[in-house]
Amino acid sequence: MERLAPSARSDPYGSRINRTRSPIREYCTPYASIMVASLLPVLFLAGVMPFIPPLGFLFLIGWRIMRPGVLPLWVGLPLGAFDDLFSGQPFGSGILLWSLTMIALEALESRFPWRGFWQDWFTAGLVSTVYILVAMVVSGATISLPLLFAVLPQIFLSILIYPIISRIVAALDQFRLSRSRRIG
Amino acid sequence: MAPSSKRRTGFSKKQQYSVFTGYLFASLGALLGLALLALSLWQPSTFQPLRGPATDAVAPVGEATAVVRSGRQSVWGTITGYWKAGSQNASLRREVELARIRLAEAQAIEVENRRLKALLDLPGENAEPVATTRLVGSTSSSSRRFAYIGKGSSDGVEIGMPIHSERGVVGRVLEVARGSARVLLLTDSESVLPIRRASDETVAFAEGRGDGLLRIRLINLGLNPLEVGDVFVTSGAGGYYRPGVAVAILDELTPDGGIARLVADSSATNYVTVEEIYEPEAVEAAGVRARDELTEDELRD
Repeated sequence: MERLAPSARSDPYGSRINRTRSPIREYCTPYASIMVASLLPVLFLAGVMPFIPPLGFLFLIGWRIMRPGVLPLWVGLPLGAFDDLFSGQPFGSGILLWSLTMIALEALESRFPWRGFWQDWFTAGLVSTVYILVAMVVSGATISLPLLFAVLPQIFLSILIYPIISRIVAALDQFRLSRSRRIG
Repeated sequence: MAPSSKRRTGFSKKQQYSVFTGYLFASLGALLGLALLALSLWQPSTFQPLRGPATDAVAPVGEATAVVRSGRQSVWGTITGYWKAGSQNASLRREVELARIRLAEAQAIEVENRRLKALLDLPGENAEPVATTRLVGSTSSSSRRFAYIGKGSSDGVEIGMPIHSERGVVGRVLEVARGSARVLLLTDSESVLPIRRASDETVAFAEGRGDGLLRIRLINLGLNPLEVGDVFVTSGAGGYYRPGVAVAILDELTPDGGIARLVADSSATNYVTVEEIYEPEAVEAAGVRARDELTEDELRD
């Protein structure tokens, strides 16, 4: 049987015989990907205006929307604190906004349990727009019209990047659940 | 996508309690975040001990990307250079001739300056920079404009020291960790820099607008004497920056001053130097805080 069709005894997560998921991969991938995404914007030099989308936050909502139940509801506290160390926001803004986002998305999901990709994109775009604007308000910067115009490109980029983020999250989820550990 | 049935609690008391606990912890986390946010807006340097080691850890990676960044810029410069080589060559020749003459004049003035300073017993200003480093990163997703440099307190960098690139002022040090430091860039909306017009003694403040431009606010209001194209340099007031370093070029006139472009765009700089605070006594006497912001009382005066 296997000689005829090598994929007969496997599914997208790998062979089903004497293989199981690796617990490290299963539990660490979402957190690790969000933390790495929080770090990435630091490496770009934006002296003029913010132009990199808040990648850590986008990965958080990506994981939350694409794979509900993978991240616990209180995850905004540790991951938001980690993001605050590098984002340049005053410490605590990430904790507050990420926690509120998790609660809001949970409430939204219980209200609209059946969703499609376009609805998810709409949700992610709305949530990231509100996040960027509120983060600007609490950042300690003096709010002015030029500052408001300066974040517009970042908002557009954050909305447009969601499909890419969701593909990356899907690939990471595949990696997370693949049967990599050999039993026996 | 269909909702996962695993997430429904049903009649299981255990499931219901765990959902409730999740909500409880998330709300407590949000409240904690609110408290920490209020604390760090009130006392911005409270969490510096946490941020410092974190940026220290990232700085080496930033060094690597800074090398790549400057390499990429030079490649692009080489390509564009081929397009305008001929006409540029001719105009550069003319400019060099003029520059040589001006340089000779400047040298004469410098000599005279030194002589006059010696007469007045003023200390020399050609202090060695504290450190030379790269901008290793920035807060490119936040509305605040901070950058990180790859040198910290172990290299003698201290809070308040000005950061210069080869073109002009970039910003000043706001927080120091062991091997890295956080820099408040001139474009940040909380940055205020005392400047004067290079050609005369018109003094003004350059405030960041948060979108890459500086707002020039004249101290003496009245008829606006500025013209588009005016170059502004640091005035040395406040005690942080030594006078005479290029800051901005006026781009647009407004009733109380103008809008100016930066001379030293931080995203295009490669190496920066950390310099000594120009007049530490003046900084202390002025009681300038970690944040360049005037309180309500001071604004009323």
